[in-house]
Amino acid sequence: MSLFLIVALPFLGALLPGLMNSAGRQACAGVTFMVTLVALVGLLTHLPAVLAGELVTARVEWIPQLGLNLTLMLDGLGFFFACLILGIGLLIIAYARSYLARGDHMGEFFTYLLLFQGAMVGIVLSDNVLILLIFWELTSLSSFLLIGYWKHLPEGRQGARMALTVTGMGGLAMIGGMLLLGQITGSYDLSVILENRELIQASPLYLPALILILLGCFTKSAQFPFHFWLPHAMAAPTPVSAYLHSATMVKAGIFLMARMWPVLSGTPEWFAIVTTAGLITMVLGAVIALFKHDLKALLAFSTVSHLGLITMLLGTGTAFGALAAVFHILNHATFKAALFMSAGIVDHAVHTRDIRRLGGLRHLMPVTFVIATLAALSMAGIPLLNGFLSKEMMLEESLHTTFFDMPWLVPALATFGALFSAAYSFRLIGHTFLGKVRDDYPDHPHDPKPGLWLPPALLIIPVVVIGLAPFLAEPFVKLVTASVLGGAAEMPSAHFKIWHGLGPALYMSIVAVIGGLILLALFTPLLRIWDAAPRPEAKSIFDRIIAASVGLSRAVALRLHNGAFSRYAAIMAVTVVAVGYYAWATGTVGAATRAMQPTNAVQIAGWLMLVAAACGLVFLHRNRLLSLILIGIVGLIVSAGFVFFSAPDLAMTQLTVEVVTIILLLLALNFLPNRTPIESTVLRRTRDVAVSLAAGAATMALSYHYLLRDTVAPSISEFHLANSYKGGGGTNVVNVILVDFRGFDTYGEIIVLGIAALLIYALTETLLSGPVRARLLNRKPDQPRAGDRHPMMMVVMTRVIMPVVLLVGFYIFLRGHNEPGGGFIAGLIVSIAVVMQYMASGFAWASARLRYPYHGIIGTGVLIAGLTGIGSWFFNKPFLTSDFTYVRIPPFYKFELATAALFDLGVFLAVVGAVMLTLESFSRLARRAHVPEADHPMDIDPSREDTPKAEA
Amino acid sequence: MELLVASAIGILTASGLYLVLRLRTFPVIMGTSLLTYAVNVFLFASGRLTVGAPPILTDATRYTDPLPQALVLTAIVISFGMTAVVVMIALGAYLGGNDDQVDDLIPASDAEDRT
Repeated sequence: MSLFLIVALPFLGALLPGLMNSAGRQACAGVTFMVTLVALVGLLTHLPAVLAGELVTARVEWIPQLGLNLTLMLDGLGFFFACLILGIGLLIIAYARSYLARGDHMGEFFTYLLLFQGAMVGIVLSDNVLILLIFWELTSLSSFLLIGYWKHLPEGRQGARMALTVTGMGGLAMIGGMLLLGQITGSYDLSVILENRELIQASPLYLPALILILLGCFTKSAQFPFHFWLPHAMAAPTPVSAYLHSATMVKAGIFLMARMWPVLSGTPEWFAIVTTAGLITMVLGAVIALFKHDLKALLAFSTVSHLGLITMLLGTGTAFGALAAVFHILNHATFKAALFMSAGIVDHAVHTRDIRRLGGLRHLMPVTFVIATLAALSMAGIPLLNGFLSKEMMLEESLHTTFFDMPWLVPALATFGALFSAAYSFRLIGHTFLGKVRDDYPDHPHDPKPGLWLPPALLIIPVVVIGLAPFLAEPFVKLVTASVLGGAAEMPSAHFKIWHGLGPALYMSIVAVIGGLILLALFTPLLRIWDAAPRPEAKSIFDRIIAASVGLSRAVALRLHNGAFSRYAAIMAVTVVAVGYYAWATGTVGAATRAMQPTNAVQIAGWLMLVAAACGLVFLHRNRLLSLILIGIVGLIVSAGFVFFSAPDLAMTQLTVEVVTIILLLLALNFLPNRTPIESTVLRRTRDVAVSLAAGAATMALSYHYLLRDTVAPSISEFHLANSYKGGGGTNVVNVILVDFRGFDTYGEIIVLGIAALLIYALTETLLSGPVRARLLNRKPDQPRAGDRHPMMMVVMTRVIMPVVLLVGFYIFLRGHNEPGGGFIAGLIVSIAVVMQYMASGFAWASARLRYPYHGIIGTGVLIAGLTGIGSWFFNKPFLTSDFTYVRIPPFYKFELATAALFDLGVFLAVVGAVMLTLESFSRLARRAHVPEADHPMDIDPSREDTPKAEA
Repeated sequence: MELLVASAIGILTASGLYLVLRLRTFPVIMGTSLLTYAVNVFLFASGRLTVGAPPILTDATRYTDPLPQALVLTAIVISFGMTAVVVMIALGAYLGGNDDQVDDLIPASDAEDRT
C-alpha cells in the first residue's frame, strides 16, 4: 500500500464515524476499527522491505522552489512507531467501544481519534520537516479535541486548554528550529538533513536550532519544566489517556529526538540539556507519583517519569543509550497502556479512582487484578517481565554517564528514581487490589465484560513474552535502533538477556526493589511529611503566567484599539502619507518626459462642477438627500471624463453603476435619519481637515508626477493590443482582456460580487427574523407619502420601455467583443430595466412575476463561466483558454462565434443576479404592516372592475 | 489638462477622507464612495491620458492603454458590491441598535467582556 494512502486513510476514515453514528454504536466503532486495521495491514505489507533495511519512500513535488514537497519515508524507526500507533490504536478503539457511556457522542469521539491517529502516523512517516511540522500541529489540535471531549467537565476544558497552550507554544518554537536546520543544510528533506551531521554541528546556528527543537520535543513529551500539563490532561476519557500518554502524543517528542539523534546528539550542549532535563523529570515524576491518590494521576506522573528516563537515555548520546531507549519505548507502551486501561476498568466498576477508597479488589475483580498486577510489576522492574530488562539497561547506561566530574551522581539519581518507581508500582497493586475487602465502595466492584478487559490482556502478552524471551524482541529493536543511529554510531554488541551475571546494575535493581518495598511500608508517615511540605503548584504558576499575559495584551490592545474607527482611519491615512513622503523624499525624481496637453473651456467647466460638487458634499453633507444629489453629479462628471479620455466601456459601466448605487442609497435613506447632527468639536474638525488636505495633496502630487512621465519599464499593454484580434478574436481590447487574457481575474470578481449579494441577502434575512422586524413593520414614515403610490404614467412608461431596454442590453452584450459593451454593462442595463418595474409597479407585483430566484441566476452565471473554463481541459488546454471561429449562415453576414462569449454570458447573469438580489433585499425591508400590498400594478386602472370610481 | 485631472483626484481624495472621518455612518459611506471615485480615476490615469484613441482596434495607429481600463471596469462593479454590503451593515446596526454612530468606544469597565 502506498505510504500516502496509509497516512491518508485515518483522515479519510474520520468522515465515516460521523456518518455511521446513526447506524448504532457497534457500526460506529466497527468502521473506525476497520479503517485502522486496513491502515495497519497496509503498513505491514512494507515489513519485508523494512526488515531488509530498505528505505521505502513516496514523493510528490509540490512547490520544489520552496523545498515544500510531499515526501514520506518509512524506515525502521518510522515503522516501529507507526506499528505502535496503529496497533495500540486498534486495542483502544475496541476498549472505547465498551468504555464510552450511552450518553457520549460516539461518532464525535471516533472522528477525533482518527484525526489524531492520522496526524501521528503523518509525523512518523514524514520525510519533509515542513510536512512534519504540519502534522505536529495537527496532533496538538486533535489532542485538544480529545482531551476536552467531555465538554461539560470544567477540568476537561481546562486540561485541554493547558495542553494546547504548552504543546502549541513548543510547536511554534520547533517551527523556528526546523527552519534553521533547513537554512543550514539548504534542504527541508529529512533524509538530506540527517546526512549533514558535521555541517549542522559546526554551524553557529546549531545551538539556537537545538534549543528551539528541544523546546518542541520537551513540551510535547512533558519534560521538566513543561511536565505539568500531562496530569491535567487526565480529565480526558480513559481510552484517550491510554492512547495519548502511552503510545502516541507524548512519544512524538521522543520520536523526534530519536529521529534527529544522528545530527543533533553527541555534542556537550545536547548532553547537558537533554540528560539533565531527562534526569530531573524522571526523579521528580517518580516522587510525585508515589503521593498521588488518583489512579490516573499516579499513572500520569509515572508516565512523566518514564518519559524522563527515555529522554535521559537519548541524551547520553551513546549507541547503547539509544538501544535502551528504543527498547524502553516498546516496553513502556505495552505496560502503560495496559495500566491505564485497568485504571479505567476500576473506575468503570467502582466509580472512583481514589486509591484511599479502594483496596481488596483482588477477590472481587480477579481478571483486572491479574492484568494490572503483571503490568505494574513490569513497571516496577521485576525480573521475567519486560520492564525489568530495559530498566536494567538504563541503570547500566547510567554507570557510564558522568556529570560534573562526579561519577556517582547519575547512577545514584537513577537508582533513586527507580526506587520510587518501584514504590508507586507496589502502592498501585497493594492499595488497590490487596488488603481487606471493604464494605464502603461507591459501587459493587465486578469484572467487566471481555470488551473492556481483552484489550489490556492482549497487551500483557508482549509484557510477559518479551520478559521471558528477550531474544525474540532483539532483532527488531536493533533494527529500529540502527535507523535511529543512522551512520552516526556503531550498533552496540550487547544482547538482551535476563541474567547478565552479578554486576553493579543488578545491585542497583535490587536496591531499588527493596527500597520500594520499604517506602511502601513507611507510606503513612511519609505521606504526612509530604502533605506538610510546601511545594510549588505548577498549575497555579501556569495560571498566573497566563493571567499576566492576558492582562498585558488586553492593556496594549485597548490602548491601541479603543473602538473609535474614525481614529483608526485618521492614523492610517497619516501613516500612508508619511511613508509615501519618505519614499518621495529619499528616492530620485526623474525629469518630466511628457508634455502637458492643452486645456479647453469645456474641460475647465467639468472640473469646476466636480470641485463644486465635492466641496459641496463636504459642507452640506449633513443634509443627506442633498448629498446624494451631489454625489450623483460627481459620478456623472467622472463618467464624462471617461468618455473624453478614450474609455467608452468605463463610461458606460460608471453610468449604469451610478444609477443602481443611487437607487440603493435612496432605499437605505428611507430608514436612516435625514440629517447628520453636529457632534464633532471645532478642534476635531480642524484635525480632520488637516489630515484630509495632506492626503489630498499627496495623491495630487503623485498623480501629477506620473501623468507627466512615461512608465519606467515597458508596459504589457502592447501585448494585449497586438494579440487582441489575432489571439482573442475581438477588436474591443478591454473586453478581450476581461473575458480572455485576464478571464481568471474576472471569474474571481463575479464570484466576489455574488458573495457580496448573498451576504446582503443573509443580513436582510437575519434582520427580518429578529426583533427589528416588528419595528420595521410598525414604522411610521417621517415624511408624508405620495397619495398615488404607483403613478399610472410611470407604470405605463416602464412597461413600454422594458422590451426596448432589454433589446439594448442584448445588443450591448452581443457587440461587446468588438465594440464598447459586454457582459458587465449589459447586466447592469438589464438590472435597471427590472428595477424600474419594481419602482413603478410595486414590490409584490414585480416579485410575483419573478420566475427564477436571483440566487439561482448568480449561481447559473458563475457555473456557466466556470464550465466554459473547464471546457478547455477537454482539449488539453489550461483553464479558461478561449477559442473562436467565424461562421456564415447564408442570409447573414459572416459572424464570429467565441467561447469567450459564453464566458461573458456567465458574467452577465452573475451581474444581473447580484445587483437584483441586493436591491430586492433592501426593498424587502421597506414593506410595512399597515400598508396593504397592492396586487395590481396601478392604483387607478380604468380597465378594472373594482377600481374605486371617481365620484360621479 | 494633466493638472486638472491630478487636482480632481486630490480634491476627491481630500473630501472623501474628510467625510470618512465623520462620526455617523451615512457621511462615511458617502466618503468611501468619493474615495472610490478617486482611486478609480487614479488607477485609470496610470495608463496616462489620451484623447480620441479608444482601445477599439481599427485602422488607427494610436490607442490608449487598455489594461488599466479593464482593471478599473471590474473595480467599479466590485465597488458597487462593497458599497451595498457596507450600507447593509450600517442599516442593520441602525435598525438593530437605533444608533448610527461609527465609533464604538470600549469603556474600561466593559473591557472584561469585550475582549
